[in-house]
Amino acid sequence: MKYAYYPGCSLSSTGIEYDMSTREIAKVLGIELWEIPEWNCCGASSAHLTDHLLALALPARNLAIAEEAGLDVAIPCAACYARSKATEVAVNESEEMKKTIQEVIERKYEGKSKARSLLEIIGENVQRDSIKERVHFLLSELKPACYYGCLLVRPTRTAFDDPEDPQSMDQLLRVFGAETVDWSHKTECCGASHETSAKPEIGLTIMQKIFAAAQNAGANCLVTACPLCMNNLDMRQNEVEKHFNTKYNLPVFYFTELVGLALGIEPAKLGLNKHFVDAMPLVQQVLNRKGGEQA
Amino acid sequence: MKRVGVFVCHCGTNIAGTVDCAKVAEAAKDFPNVEYSVDYKYMCSEPGQEMIKQAIQEHKLDRIVVASCSPRMHEPTFRNCVEKAGLNPYYVEMANIREHCSWVHPNEKERATEKAIDLVKMAVAKAVKNQPLQKTTIPVTDRALVIGGGIAGIQAALDLANAGHVVDIVEREPSIGGKMAQLDKTFPTLDCSACILTPKMVDAAGHPNINLLTYSEVEKVDGFVGNFDVTIRQRARSVKMDVCTGCGICMEKCPVKVDSEFELGLAKRRAIYTPFPQAIPNKPVIDREHCTYFIKGKCGICSKVCPAGAIDYTQQDELITRRYGAIIVATGFTLFDHSVYGEYGYGKYPDVITGLQFERLINASGPTMGKLKRPSDHKEPKNIVIITCVGSRDETKGKSYCSRTCCMYSAKHASLIRDKIKDSKVYIFYMDMRTPGKGYEEFYDRSREVYGTQYIRGRVSKIYPQNDKLIVRGEDTLLSQPVEVEADLVILATAMVAQPDADKLAQKIGIGYDKDNFYTEAHPKLAPVETHTQGVYLAGACQGPKDIPDSVAQASAAAAKACALLSKPEILTEPIVSEVDEKTCAGCGTCVLICPYKAIDLKTLTERIAGKTVERKVATVNEGLCQGCGACTVACRSGSIYLKHYTDEQILAEVNALCL
Repeated sequence: MKYAYYPGCSLSSTGIEYDMSTREIAKVLGIELWEIPEWNCCGASSAHLTDHLLALALPARNLAIAEEAGLDVAIPCAACYARSKATEVAVNESEEMKKTIQEVIERKYEGKSKARSLLEIIGENVQRDSIKERVHFLLSELKPACYYGCLLVRPTRTAFDDPEDPQSMDQLLRVFGAETVDWSHKTECCGASHETSAKPEIGLTIMQKIFAAAQNAGANCLVTACPLCMNNLDMRQNEVEKHFNTKYNLPVFYFTELVGLALGIEPAKLGLNKHFVDAMPLVQQVLNRKGGEQA
Repeated sequence: MKRVGVFVCHCGTNIAGTVDCAKVAEAAKDFPNVEYSVDYKYMCSEPGQEMIKQAIQEHKLDRIVVASCSPRMHEPTFRNCVEKAGLNPYYVEMANIREHCSWVHPNEKERATEKAIDLVKMAVAKAVKNQPLQKTTIPVTDRALVIGGGIAGIQAALDLANAGHVVDIVEREPSIGGKMAQLDKTFPTLDCSACILTPKMVDAAGHPNINLLTYSEVEKVDGFVGNFDVTIRQRARSVKMDVCTGCGICMEKCPVKVDSEFELGLAKRRAIYTPFPQAIPNKPVIDREHCTYFIKGKCGICSKVCPAGAIDYTQQDELITRRYGAIIVATGFTLFDHSVYGEYGYGKYPDVITGLQFERLINASGPTMGKLKRPSDHKEPKNIVIITCVGSRDETKGKSYCSRTCCMYSAKHASLIRDKIKDSKVYIFYMDMRTPGKGYEEFYDRSREVYGTQYIRGRVSKIYPQNDKLIVRGEDTLLSQPVEVEADLVILATAMVAQPDADKLAQKIGIGYDKDNFYTEAHPKLAPVETHTQGVYLAGACQGPKDIPDSVAQASAAAAKACALLSKPEILTEPIVSEVDEKTCAGCGTCVLICPYKAIDLKTLTERIAGKTVERKVATVNEGLCQGCGACTVACRSGSIYLKHYTDEQILAEVNALCL
C-alpha cells in the first residue's frame, strides 16, 4: 500500500510525536508513505475564515501533486483532513469550481486523488492484516477514552464514521487488546479555538467536562487523532486541574503511539517521552506485561 | 355542419384583469363553425348559464365552448347547463384561460390575450369533433369495508351503521381501539382517552350492522366502485371465539412472558393474551411465535385450565371473500424510530422515552398504575425535558413535514406531569409552537402560566448520562446562549409516520401515496377524503398526521361520502373510458401492465377466418374500473386503444387548429 503523505505544519512542531509514530508504524505495517514534495499549508482556520476560494485552493495544490503521482493522500491531522476533504468534495460536485480552482493553482486536479484520514487507513490495514502475529505488547492495561474531536467525523455527508458515536478508533485499539470505554464526549469540541482566542476560561470549562466524562466512564487515558486536541488536552490539563482544583492525571496519546507500542516499537522512537502529562508510568505498565502475556 | 357557440368568461377580474375578453369573443367569431360568440362577467352564475341556454335555442347551437376556469372547477356545471338545454353534456368543451393563462401571465396582457384566443381556437376545433357520450349504470353492493379499527375506523363504521348500512371492520391487532386506546388524557380538554373511546368500541362491537374482524388483514382487493371483491385473512387466534367467555384464567397461568406491544416494552404480556384489559373483543389470542406449545410441542397449560374448552391449537388462518360497495381506509400511523439520532443516544438510554411510552407511564391502567416512574430505576423524576420535532421538520434524518400533534401533546404531557408531581419542573425544547385548533392556544397558555412549564426555543445538540442524570444540552436561541438541563427523564415527541406497510396496502387497493407513504386524497381542498379510486375513501392519520378531533371529523366525512354511494342501488359511471379496437389489437398486453387501476384484461376472441376457427387474445376494458387516465392509449403500439372524448382525431384537431 502506498499513499501520498501530508503531515501538515503541526507534525513538524507541536505534534512531532504524531509524525514520528506514524512513520514508525507505517514501516511495520508495510504502508509506504511518500511525503508530498513542497507541500503547502492546508489553510485550516485562517483561510476558510478569510476567503472561500482560497480555502479550497490551498489543499487543492497538495491534492494535485498527489494526483499526478496517482496516489490518495494519508492525512494525520484532523483539521488538514477536513480542509482537504472539503476541496475534494467541492471539485467533484462542481465542474465550475473545479475549473476555477485549477486556474488558481495552475495545476490539474480532477478530484481523483482522495483525501483520507490516517485513522481510517490504519484501521483498514490492521483489520485486514493477520496483525495478531505482530503484536508484541497487549494494551490490556489501557482503558482509553477514544476522543475523535469536532472535525474528524464531520460533516455527516463526508464522514467515514458515525458523526455522533464514532467507533473506528475504538475498534482499532481493541484489536490490540485495549479496553476502550463507552463514553459521552467523543466528538465534543476540545476548546482549542477558545484557548487561542480572548476567552481561555471557556476553553478550560470545555476541557474540564471532557476530562470528567472520561474519568467517570472509567478511562485511564485519552486517545486522539488530532494534534490540536492533543495540544490542548495534554499541555493544558495541568492548568485545568489547577483552575478547578482537582486531579485527572489522564495521559493523552495519539492512536499511532499506542499502535506503535503494541507493535513493539521503542517508546522513545514514538515520542512517548515528549508528553506533558507523564505517559511513561502507563507505558511501563504495558511493557511490563511482556513475556508470557504476549499475544 | 356543426354550429358552435363560444362563451368567454371574465371571472370578475381573475381573467378580465389580464385577458381582453371582448377581444377574445370577437376573434372567436371568425373561427370555423362558430355561429355565436359572447363575453360575460360570470359565466357560471345563474344569468350566465341562462345566457348559454338561450343562445342554444336562438342560434340552434349544437356545440358549446366555454372559455373560463379549469374544467376541474366548472366542467360539471356547464355540462349540466347544456343538458338542461337539450344537448348531450359532452358537447361542451372548456378552454382554460384562467389557470392556464391569466393567472400565469399577469404581466403580459397582450400576449395573454393572444394565448387565450389560441386556446379558444383549439377548443372550438375539438368541440366540433366531440361525440355524444352516454353514462351507464352499475349496481352497488350495500356493504362497506372499513380497514383499521382505531378511532377513525370506529367512527366511520358507526356513522355508516347508524345510516343503515352493513359494515365490516378489519383490524390486524387482536383488539380494536388503535393508538387512542394507549393514550392517557386528550388535549385540549384533558378528558380521559379511555373514557371517551371505550364506549365507542362497545357501541361498534354491539351494533347490529357492524361485524368486527380482528386479528385479520386485507389480503387482496379486486373489482371496482360498488363491487369490490375483498379477500380478508382472518389469522388463527387458537381460541374459539364462540366458546371463550373471556374469563382470563389462561392469561394468568401462561408461563411465557414477552414484551407487550401495547405497553411499548414497558411491561410484559403472556403468550396467550389480550392487548389490554378493555380489549374488544375481550377474548385472547395465542402468539404462536412465542407460545411454548407451538415452539416445542409441549406445555398446553392454557388448554388445561380453560373451563370452557375454548383453546384450539389446530385452528388455521381463514380466507374470507366478500363483496363491498365502498371501502374506507383508516389504517392510522406509527411513530418515528428515534434510534437514528445519535445526539439523543441512538435509543440506548432507558430514560429517554417517546411520548407514547410516557402516555403508558402516566396512565392509570399502565404498567406503573399511573404513578410516573422512570424506566431505569423506577424513581420519580423531578426534572423532565421534552424535545419536540423529533423526526419531523428534519430533512436530513427524518421527515420534512410538521407532525401537527406534537406541540399540543407535549404541552399536555407537561401539564399532566405537574398535576401528578407538584415539585417537578418541565422544560420543553421547541422549534416553533403550532397550536392552530379550537382551544389549543389557550391550552398551551395554561401549560405555561398555570403549570409553569419552561419553554426553551432551540434544538438539543446532545444528551449524555452523568451519574444517574441525563444532561441535556441545547441552545436557547432567544437568548443566544447554550443551555444545559440536568434531567431525570427525557421525553421525545416523535413524529407520526405512515405504517411500515402502508405502500403495500395502497398497491393492493389501488390508491396513491406520497413520498412519505401517506395516502393521497383526490384533491387537497375539494376532495379531502376521496381517493383517485372511486369508492375508496380515507379517514384518519393514514392520510397524514392528525389529532383525534381531525381524525374523527374526517372519519364522519368519509362515512358521509360512502353513505351517498351506498344509498343508491346503482350508480352512473363516467363515460370517458378507454375502448379497444379489436380489429387491430394484437393482444400484446402492454396496456394491461401499464393500467394503474387494473382496468384492462386480455380476453380470447374466437373468429372464423377463411373458413377456419381462429382464437386470438385482445384487450378488454372494465368500464367500472377505468378512470379515463389515458395511459393505455399512449402505451399501445398499434394505436388500438383510445380514450373516448380524447381520441386521436379530437386531439389532432386541436393541434391542427393551433399549428396549421
